[in-house]
Amino acid sequence: MQRTEKQEFTTSRGTRFMGISLLLGLPTLLIFSFLLSPADDNMDDAVRLIYVHVPMAVFAYVAIIITGIGSVFYLWKKSRWWDTVAHASAEIGLIFCGLVLVTGSIWGRPTWNTWWEWGDVRLVTTLVLFLMILGYLALRQVPANPDLKAKRASVVGIIAAVNIPIVNRSVEWWENSTLHQKSSLTDGKLENLTLFTLFLGFIIVGISYLWLMTHRFRVGWLTAEIEIAGISGVIEERLNEGNFGDGNSSYQQEDEVQ
Amino acid sequence: MFRDAWLVTKKDLLIEMRSRILVNQIAPYTLLILVLFGFALDADTETLRDTGPGLFWVSTLLVAILAIQRSVDVETSDSAIDRLMLSGISPTSIYVGKTIGLYIQLIILEALLFVVMVVLFDLSVVNYPLVVVSAVVTTLAISSSGTLYGVIASGLGVRETLLPVLFLPVLAPAVIGATRAFGDAFGRVNADGWAWLGLLSVIAIVYTLVGMLTYGNILEDT
Repeated sequence: MQRTEKQEFTTSRGTRFMGISLLLGLPTLLIFSFLLSPADDNMDDAVRLIYVHVPMAVFAYVAIIITGIGSVFYLWKKSRWWDTVAHASAEIGLIFCGLVLVTGSIWGRPTWNTWWEWGDVRLVTTLVLFLMILGYLALRQVPANPDLKAKRASVVGIIAAVNIPIVNRSVEWWENSTLHQKSSLTDGKLENLTLFTLFLGFIIVGISYLWLMTHRFRVGWLTAEIEIAGISGVIEERLNEGNFGDGNSSYQQEDEVQ
Repeated sequence: MFRDAWLVTKKDLLIEMRSRILVNQIAPYTLLILVLFGFALDADTETLRDTGPGLFWVSTLLVAILAIQRSVDVETSDSAIDRLMLSGISPTSIYVGKTIGLYIQLIILEALLFVVMVVLFDLSVVNYPLVVVSAVVTTLAISSSGTLYGVIASGLGVRETLLPVLFLPVLAPAVIGATRAFGDAFGRVNADGWAWLGLLSVIAIVYTLVGMLTYGNILEDT
């Protein structure tokens, strides 16, 4: 298939590089996780789950913080670019958040002897974060004016982002209400190969986030362009019929500038 | 700001006093929920006592959804919100005023709910200050986020379904904290109710601040 216009594709040299890095990095992470790194004295083989669970939890937070930042900038600058960043990051944040809950449950069963603990503040607030992002994406799917929808979703995105410190610090604030141990990285219990594998997990999950984010951003941008082109076409048709005034959506204005 | 906010609060409360929707429709609905919980839990008083704190806050949230929708309806019907904005009152004052209005209505409903629950579920309170303080703080979290989310979900044609999806997850941590605090106050759970009050306070303050800062952006398009 011949490439006619650059904007028709979501691939670029950067995404190809990230994709190839993931193809090589994921098997390497699996080898280190399951074959090379040792079992933990307390957690036994369940420790192998933290190589994806912890990085995913961190990048789920990063994704939702970026949604919050994108939302603030959208409300401030009224820029479609920031709105698309916020939307794309929320979708990836939802996937990561879901995987954190699933891997956390699987890890919790042998370690805590339970799939779920309602009294654990961090667990429950992570679930709440997941549900909040679901609500954010539900709002995104409502058929309405893109400007109006973006503005309202931005407020929901900001609230989801400000909820992150409650999630992250809750274990320290209410230590008697959690089964979570303190951060494995800061208490210095991880050593050598375990620490290296966890570090590798961070790199792989980080590249996954960037790769997914770039593609999803470009898909979102192109989708909006198609919507705007469709709306502009219909408006132009009506204007030609009745010879009325001009539309003034910020999305349209931005499109015209470009 | 607070003088304008109080004007908005008085307006909302006056409309409620004249329409009597709170007394004639929402309050009976509150009682109905408690009675249905009684039927659903097999009329076992001990079970009702144990689950009473949770049932109280779940009932409050369900009732709050109705009260929020009512609070938004007052402004969106006949484009009343346009006139309110043309009056020169700042969006922040409108937000604070509507939050206080909703807060007062919810506190009245909660007081009714509490009395009925104590009688029907045969509950005894061991720590009244904890009940009062946790209700005061949790209701602020509910009314501040409810006022904001009510206007976010309005005017899209899907408010009835979208509002609970957006609003309930936001308040889930508040419900957990409030239930634990009430459980401690009723002597039904082994938890430090005052510790959970810290979580409730953080949530109430954060949602109120976000509401004050962003309400104006949403109001422009309502």
